[in-house]
Amino acid sequence: MGGYGDVQCIDENGIRLDGRTVGEIRPISIEVGVVPVADGSARMRWGLNDVIAAVYGPMEAHPRKIQRQDRAVLDVRYNMAPFSTTDRIRPGFNRRSREISKVTAEALESVVLTELYPRSKIRVEIEIICAEAGTRCAGITAASVALAHAGIPMSDMVVSVASGKVHDIVVCDLNKEEDNYGEADLPMGILPNSGELVFLQMDGDLSPEQFQEAWDYNMGAVSVIHEHMVAALKGGEA
Amino acid sequence: MKGRQVARPDNMSGDNTAGGPRDSQQAPLLVAPGEDLGDSGEYSAGHGVVAMNGRLRAVKQGRKNTQDGTVSVEPRRTAYVPRPSDLVIGYIEGCTSNIWFIDIGAPFNAILPMSLGPSKAEFGGIRKVLDIGDAILCRVQEVEENHSSVVTMKGMGLRAIRSGTVEEIDPHLLGRLIGRGGNNLRQLKEETECRLIAGDNGRVWIDGEVTGMVEARAKLNDLLMEAKVAEYGGVA
Repeated sequence: MGGYGDVQCIDENGIRLDGRTVGEIRPISIEVGVVPVADGSARMRWGLNDVIAAVYGPMEAHPRKIQRQDRAVLDVRYNMAPFSTTDRIRPGFNRRSREISKVTAEALESVVLTELYPRSKIRVEIEIICAEAGTRCAGITAASVALAHAGIPMSDMVVSVASGKVHDIVVCDLNKEEDNYGEADLPMGILPNSGELVFLQMDGDLSPEQFQEAWDYNMGAVSVIHEHMVAALKGGEA
Repeated sequence: MKGRQVARPDNMSGDNTAGGPRDSQQAPLLVAPGEDLGDSGEYSAGHGVVAMNGRLRAVKQGRKNTQDGTVSVEPRRTAYVPRPSDLVIGYIEGCTSNIWFIDIGAPFNAILPMSLGPSKAEFGGIRKVLDIGDAILCRVQEVEENHSSVVTMKGMGLRAIRSGTVEEIDPHLLGRLIGRGGNNLRQLKEETECRLIAGDNGRVWIDGEVTGMVEARAKLNDLLMEAKVAEYGGVA
């Protein structure tokens, strides 16, 4: 949310820098089984984002103090590779990755049937190989596919997508320039089959009307992304 | 797969439908988690399915089965969850003075008390009987609600595995390895002249001449690959 700057992200015809219209999402491809040693894994390419998610477990939760007697815990680790952006990222956990790991775990816990695996831990590793914008959304979506691929029981899959405001125009699925020079973004995690919301954040200011418009864009994008997820799990093309 | 005693030769009846040969001409109906599987009033929810708000929903990725008024999902991948009386192959992972801890491929290690071990052992000297890293053929005696399990080596055929090799396959594909009435496993044994024991936790003990074991391993891999291709329409 860097303010207007000199970058004109949308032309007078409503066409964005990457050629998309305001309601269009970036190209998506998902494949599963990319990490053979993991119990489940998925790789998601979303625009220039490249994300790998791997799931291990359920396994005995260590240290014991994190065990829950009635359910499993999700141990989510979101990490951006040092080479994932033009500016090198210092390896290791930082405030941002801790925050994203936490919100991802909470979003996924709402669908995973954790009560079936008491005292256990399900480890979810999300590695951002290449970052454009919306890596948390790509991470949550890839982790959902990886969990399903690992055979972890889930009531639904979480689909995450962000819309935002650029030059006072609400657009769907922000790219890097829009993320940097736009005024607001609204990432959401949605359950495609029930339409329930399990994750919502907002950075910047949106009027009630703009919020509603961004909400509608996100809700509309969910079905398209979900089709890709299901097709990847079933071994076909969306 | 869970709870089925597929590994016991005396239990390989024709009605063991854990994953026997299927009609490969019929396209499998694959489902993803959250997918709607119909009205819960018409069918009851089986494995991998839950009833929510009057509808049946898949909770696992896999193949939809409808049988005897029950809709279930045969998962494509699944973790082994022990059930009492399962025959399993485990590895000794640790021990105290009178208990062994056994890795049976489940989320939690099982325990093997000295009293249920293969032979008499002195208190504090149980590593002389079974040492860390040893493979054993044992049976799950008890599983508690919190997933703790106890295994026993008291029983016919239960022993320490001192020869041969142990291969691992996905537990839900065991039925396909064994085949209807145990046909596939029997055929594999005859062709390779090896002793093969398939544990419910997906570990298969192969014992015999080296050439036979190599052949058995190759055939095991081929069979499983064919099974995956047949079940999932060419996607292994």
